[in-house]
Amino acid sequence: MPFGSMSDLGPSLCSVTSPASTDRVPPQLSAGPRPAPGPAADEGLARRLRALACTAPLHDLDARKANLAGEYSVYGMAEVALAAIDLVTLNMDFDTGADHDQIVARLIPRIAAQAPRRPVAEHERVARWVLENLINVGSVDRGFRAVYGTFTPDGSYVRRDYDFKLIEEVPGPGGTVYLRTTDEAVNVLVGALDTDVTSAQIAAEVKLEVLISRGRLADAQLAAEQARYRTVQYSETLRRALDATRRNVRAVDWLNAVPDMIAEALDHVADRYRHENAILTNIRKARDETEDPEHKRRAAELVDIVKDCIRRHTQLQSRLLEAGPLFRAEQDRQAFATPLTTSGIDLYGHLVSPVLPLPLERAVRVTDAFFAHGTGLRTPVSVRLGDLVDILLTPPVEREHLGAEMPEPDLIATPDDSRFSEEQLAAAMELLDLPADAPRRLSGLLAEARRQDPELPYLVALLAVHAASPPVGTAYRQGEEKLLFAVDDGTELDDPEFGGADLIVGTALLDAAGMAADRTEAA
Amino acid sequence: MTEHVDRSEPEAAVPQAPAAVTPADAADAARLVSFGLQPKLQPARDQEYTELLRRYREDPSFARLADAVATGLGLVVLEVSPRAGMAVTAAEDSVFAVRMSDYARRTSADGGDRFLHGLAHLAVAAMAFPRPEDLADDGYIGRVTVNGVDAFVRQACRRLEERAEEQGENTDPATDAPGLEAAWRIWIRRSAAGATKDARRLAGSTTGIVGKAVAFLTDSGFLQRTGDDHGGTYRTTARYQLQVRDMAGSAAMTELLELGVVPVTDGTPTLLPAEDTDALDLVADAGLPFHSA
Repeated sequence: MPFGSMSDLGPSLCSVTSPASTDRVPPQLSAGPRPAPGPAADEGLARRLRALACTAPLHDLDARKANLAGEYSVYGMAEVALAAIDLVTLNMDFDTGADHDQIVARLIPRIAAQAPRRPVAEHERVARWVLENLINVGSVDRGFRAVYGTFTPDGSYVRRDYDFKLIEEVPGPGGTVYLRTTDEAVNVLVGALDTDVTSAQIAAEVKLEVLISRGRLADAQLAAEQARYRTVQYSETLRRALDATRRNVRAVDWLNAVPDMIAEALDHVADRYRHENAILTNIRKARDETEDPEHKRRAAELVDIVKDCIRRHTQLQSRLLEAGPLFRAEQDRQAFATPLTTSGIDLYGHLVSPVLPLPLERAVRVTDAFFAHGTGLRTPVSVRLGDLVDILLTPPVEREHLGAEMPEPDLIATPDDSRFSEEQLAAAMELLDLPADAPRRLSGLLAEARRQDPELPYLVALLAVHAASPPVGTAYRQGEEKLLFAVDDGTELDDPEFGGADLIVGTALLDAAGMAADRTEAA
Repeated sequence: MTEHVDRSEPEAAVPQAPAAVTPADAADAARLVSFGLQPKLQPARDQEYTELLRRYREDPSFARLADAVATGLGLVVLEVSPRAGMAVTAAEDSVFAVRMSDYARRTSADGGDRFLHGLAHLAVAAMAFPRPEDLADDGYIGRVTVNGVDAFVRQACRRLEERAEEQGENTDPATDAPGLEAAWRIWIRRSAAGATKDARRLAGSTTGIVGKAVAFLTDSGFLQRTGDDHGGTYRTTARYQLQVRDMAGSAAMTELLELGVVPVTDGTPTLLPAEDTDALDLVADAGLPFHSA
């Protein structure tokens, strides 16, 4: 078309202009300083490159497992790593992060499931390897670095370092070290988190409610888990705000901003609390009413998740309530001090804050000056050659402060004064090893014991009395599978040697596996 | 060591001393300076020290003599008082001066580490004397914790990071020019803590670096350890206040002005309130008053 219209004007004109323009355009392109699209597009690219870099350590784990001494290809390292990030995120509380050993312990079941025939020690090794690589223990920063290229506004190409961490170690109370997932890691984990926390949380919860009302529990669980991630993240945000503001009494607007902030946060907690309680009621109903055992299980899991959310909100709320008195105390302490003449140097305002934005090579001159003049003095060690020769030639002093030699202890075998022998105990335990579905009366047990050994009834009676109040909690914690118990139903014991109640003695089976899972969930 | 210094003093000081001064006076003056070289020694705990301090304050010629001894040794007298004792510090290039290369090994090779150690010292001071009036008030006792200092620096760095993000700056440094990396990034990049095999603080972590700084300052008689909470809690001594106020603060300011940076504070708070995503506050209850007026 353009050629047509131009040729209408005159063929000579067309033949001159069009070749000329095509000749001129290529030099323009090659000489032009922007081979890349605009800086905005480049920035988007840089952001995506950084996001991509955050996933690299996970892929790297699977790539490097072949280099480990041993056959580790059976393990899905990226999967373990994601599970580790999940665990750390969920175990991050207000004050502390997640405990290193605890995370390892919780990772092991998943690793064991990947290779059940391998020894537990190897599973633990894998867990530690993955965790250490997520921290990147080998590097001095304990982090990762990715290099990417961007175009500067003047068109030159610059390679830049992007430093990030996935799991970081933070100091906890008493000198311990805890783990926290970084924002980058949460982004890798939950994805597309670059949104407003509050609205995302509300969205997740509305979604959950809709899902539950339609009975789609499978999806609901996913949404609930996501809601929990949001809850944790939201708490983190508020925790940081609170901690920072309560140290900055004068710098914050104590008249309006802080109380408003706390009031908003409290409103929010109340709102979420109401909301989550409503959900809890709904799911409980779903759990109790549903016939399908699969639905029941899922609903039960959901209840746990929402309970956890509520627990976290309650924790947040108590923090919020503490904030007011703390502000007032700090206010009293700081604001009512007598004003003094100033020395003129505001260490933070005049030194720290101007130094931090400087490039390293300039900033280091200021910090060097401070160091040189701020460390005081050291008395130099002066050595005389004569002393040195003496010191070096002096034989090491015999250690005589160890005290007198200990006399060889004279051990006397103590007589075995146990009331019952090991064999008797074994016999009694065998007698009391009752099937779970068939408890027995104490009277019958005593009679049977008496037939074996006249002393045995005493031991059986003793064990039965102990079983009357069995340490269920201890057994539960120790993961016992069964427990002896005894119940008094009011029947009198008819026995020549013993009196009292004719106890019903039985064995209760404990759901050890379920409890272990429960413990994991509750912690 | 101090005895050694002590013995060599009289010979050094006598030639410059006025005629009226006896060798015994010179020995006393040198003795007083030698007390000043033991920064952890409390004047109130040593009768001879207290007596010499009194003599310094009451006898101007003795005071001049003691000052001369100190100057001759390469020392700067900051204050002589019952509370601070004979507060002396090393003059530049004096044999008593502390060198960064002696202080931490990696610093010569790595500019980043050198900066981190220097910044740790600056941050400890800023945390110990958060307001200008704290630095001026002789009765003020500052308190710092290791974790608190780290959290405070991290918060300041985080704020700069946010500001850079708001302005859409790409602060990732060019690979071949590490010296141009913004200083705050160096701190934020280093992890705050790290697990070690023997449960000690990881020396290269920022809490490790701050821990080293406060331990060193404690050895210098500038801080006193008061507890183990929050990575170790410390309180300042009169000597530290003098050192920061009269020596370090102004020296660093001079250097900063030479770089062409003129910090302007207009009386508004220099420590701003935290934004909601502010502060990588790794430590709860750092419990320190910082603010500015």
